[in-house]
Amino acid sequence: MMILIKKTNIDFMAKRHIFFAVSALLIGAGVISMAVKGLNLGLDFTGGTLLQLRFEKTVSTAEVRKAMSDAGLETVIQSLPGRNSYQLKVKGAQEKVNEIADKIMAGFVANLPGNSFSEERRDYVGPVVGRDLAKKALFAMILSFFGIIVYVAFRFSNPTWGAAGVLAIFHDVLITAGALSITNREIDLVIVAALLTIAGFSINDTIVIFDRMRENMRNFPKMPLGQLANCSVNETLSRTLITNCTVLGVVLILFIFGGEVINNFAFAMLIGSMAGTYSTIAIATPLVYQWEGGRRR
Amino acid sequence: MKTLHWKIGAILGLLIFSFWLLYPGIEWYTKTDGERSKIESMRMRPARIMNLGLDLRGGTHLLLELDIEKLEKKEKLADAMARAIEIIRNRVDQYGVGETPIARQGDHWISVDLPGISNTEEAENLIGKTALLEFRLVNDSSEAQAAVSRAETMDDLPLNKDGSPTPEIAKLLPKGSGLFKAAPGPEGESARYYVLFDSVPLTGAYLENARVSTDQQFGTPNIDFTFNKEGGRIFEQFTGANVGKYLAIVLDGVVHTAPVIKTRIGGGSGVIEGSFTMEEARNLAIILRAGALPAPVNIIEKRVVGPGLGEDSIKKGVSAAGIGFLLVVVFMLIYYRAGGFVANVALGMNFVFLIAAMSYFGATLTLPGIAGMILSLAMAIDANVLVLERMREEQALSKPVAMIIPTAYDKAWSAILDSNVTTWIAAIFLFQFGSGPVKGFAVTLTIGLLVGVFTSVFVTRVVYEFWLTSNPKELSI
Repeated sequence: MMILIKKTNIDFMAKRHIFFAVSALLIGAGVISMAVKGLNLGLDFTGGTLLQLRFEKTVSTAEVRKAMSDAGLETVIQSLPGRNSYQLKVKGAQEKVNEIADKIMAGFVANLPGNSFSEERRDYVGPVVGRDLAKKALFAMILSFFGIIVYVAFRFSNPTWGAAGVLAIFHDVLITAGALSITNREIDLVIVAALLTIAGFSINDTIVIFDRMRENMRNFPKMPLGQLANCSVNETLSRTLITNCTVLGVVLILFIFGGEVINNFAFAMLIGSMAGTYSTIAIATPLVYQWEGGRRR
Repeated sequence: MKTLHWKIGAILGLLIFSFWLLYPGIEWYTKTDGERSKIESMRMRPARIMNLGLDLRGGTHLLLELDIEKLEKKEKLADAMARAIEIIRNRVDQYGVGETPIARQGDHWISVDLPGISNTEEAENLIGKTALLEFRLVNDSSEAQAAVSRAETMDDLPLNKDGSPTPEIAKLLPKGSGLFKAAPGPEGESARYYVLFDSVPLTGAYLENARVSTDQQFGTPNIDFTFNKEGGRIFEQFTGANVGKYLAIVLDGVVHTAPVIKTRIGGGSGVIEGSFTMEEARNLAIILRAGALPAPVNIIEKRVVGPGLGEDSIKKGVSAAGIGFLLVVVFMLIYYRAGGFVANVALGMNFVFLIAAMSYFGATLTLPGIAGMILSLAMAIDANVLVLERMREEQALSKPVAMIIPTAYDKAWSAILDSNVTTWIAAIFLFQFGSGPVKGFAVTLTIGLLVGVFTSVFVTRVVYEFWLTSNPKELSI
C-alpha cells in the first residue's frame, strides 16, 4: 500500500495563533493592495468597450500605442504575441454601442496603412449592465453564504460551525482577490466563476473535517474539544492533502498549458485552492475551537 | 443477491440510455461546418444535444433595452415585452440564421444570441429598428412652409435628439403639426424637412406584406407593400378624401417619400420610393413584414467572439483539461491500485452521464460552465477519496473485507452528503439570482453534483458488492 503521509499527530489547535497571524498577514497584504491599487475591475463591471484585433503583419506595441493616442483614445493595450493580436480596452460609461470600437479601428486604418486586421473579439458593456452584473453576482454570493450557514448550523446543530466554515470561504476568496490585485489581473465574470468554485471547494473541504469531528464527538463523549479537533484534523489530513493536491495538479496544468484565454481563471483557481487547503486545516477548525472557548457544548 | 442484480441492471441500463442520448450530439459535432449550417437553415437541428456557448463557438450576444418611456400608456409592460420578443424573433428568423435563443431578461431587457455571426452591423440594424411605419398628410399651409424654410436655412439642427423641435422652430409650427426630417437623397444633398399633421390615419400595423421591387425607370430598389382588408379600406377612403394633397410615408420618424395623391387608391397597395441600397431595402422589407416594435430598443450590451478565437480557446482548454484528467486517473491507479481503478471507472461514467444529462436538457456549455464541471468532477473524486481513505482506516483495524466495505461507505456517507448539499445550496442561489455566465456555472454544477454522488457512491459500491460475491480475502487499495 502506497501512503503519502503516515498517521500524524500534530497539535494544530495549539498553533492556531500562528495560523491566524499568517492568514492575517496574507489577507492584510491583499487588502492593502486592494485599498491602494484597487481591484482591476473588468469591463463586465465598469462598462466600456473591448476590441481584440488580429493583424496580418507584425506590429509593435509602440506602434499600437501611437495609433491609439493619435486617435485620441485612452486605451489599455494588451499584446497577445502568440497570435499577433492586440486587445484594446476603453473602460467607463459609454452610451453608444459601436462608437469607441469604430474609433479604434479608424485609428488603425489611418495609422497602419497596408496592414489589414480582423476582429477577433468585441465586447461592449453599457453602464447599466455593468452595475447590474456586479449587483447580481454579489447578491447571489451573499445569499448563498447565508444558505450555507443555515444548513451547516442545522446539520451540525451549532451555528458557530457554519460561521467558521463561511469565514474560511471569505478567507480563501479574500486571499485570491488580494493576489489578483497584487498581480494586477483583471476581474471579470469568468473570475467570478473561479471565486465561486473556490468558495464551493473550500466549504466542501471544511465540511469533511467537521463531519469527522461530529463523528468523534459521538464516539468519544468525554474527549475535550482541543483533542477532539486535533485528532479529527489529523485523521482526515491524508484525505485533505490527496484531494487538494489532485485539484492543484489539474489547475497547475491549466495554468501552464491552458492558453491565454483561461490564464486568469487558472491563476485564481491556483491561489484559491492553495488558500483553501490551508484554511481547511489551519483556520476553520481552530476557529471553532477558539469561539467555543476550548470547551464542548 | 437479487437486489445486486437489479442495481447492476439499472447502471448498465442508464449507461446505454446515456449513450443513446449522446448519439445525436456526437453525430452532429462530427459533421463538417457546411453540413451543419445547411441543416440549421432547414431548421432540422436536433433539439436534445449539448450546445456550445458563444464564448466557445463564436457569435454575437446582444442585450437590448426596451425604452419603456416611449411605450404607449395603455399597453402593459409584460404584453409589450412579449410582443417585442416575438417581433425580434420574426425578424431574425427571416434573416435566416440558425438557432437563436431570444429571451426576456429582468424587467425590460431582451437578450439575443446570434451564434456564428460576428459581422453584426447588419443584424443590429435589423433588430434595433423600431420600424414604425406611418402615413401622414403634409401640411402645406404658408405657416408650415415658413417653418420648413427656416429649418432648412438655420445653422443649428432644428430638431432635438429625441425628435422634438427646438423652441425657435416650435414657435413657427402651425398647431397640430410637427417637423420631420426627410431621408437623405442618393447624392447626399443637404437636409430637407417636412411639416406633417399629427393625426396618423394609417400605420404599418395594417400591413399584410412588404417586398422589394425594382423601379422600372431608374432601376433603384423600392418597397412594395400591401395592406390587409381593413387597411385597404381605410387607405381607399383616406386617399379619396384627400386628392391633390401630399401623403408622407414616415418610417421611424423619417420621411421617406411624400408623393401627391392623384386619385383615390383602391386595391390596398402602395410603394415606398426612397433612396435605398438593395441591402437596406431587403432588410426594411423584412422588418415591415415582421411588424413594428412597441417601443424603440437600445443595445446596452454586445459581445462578439470571432470563430477562430472560440476554437482556439476550446483546443487549448480541452487539451490542458485532458492532461489534468489523465494525471488524476494515473495517480488514483498508482495510489489506490484496484480501488483507484474502480474510482476511475466511476469517474469515466460520471463524465458520460454528465454530458448525457446536459444533452438531454439541451444545456449550453460556456467557459464558466466548464468551471462548474471541473468543480463537480473534483468533488466526485473527493467522494471516492473519502471512501477509499475510510477503507484504509478500517483495513488498519484488520477487519474482514466483507465488513470493511459497508462500514467505509456508511461512515463516509455523511461527509459526502453534507459537502454536496452545501455546494448545491450555493448553486441554487447562484442560479436564481445570477445572470448569464454565473447561471451557466450553477447549472453544470447542479447536474454535476447529482451525477457525481450517484457514480462515486452508488456505482462504486455496486462494483465492490459484485466483487464481494467472489468471496475475496484481501482488498487492494
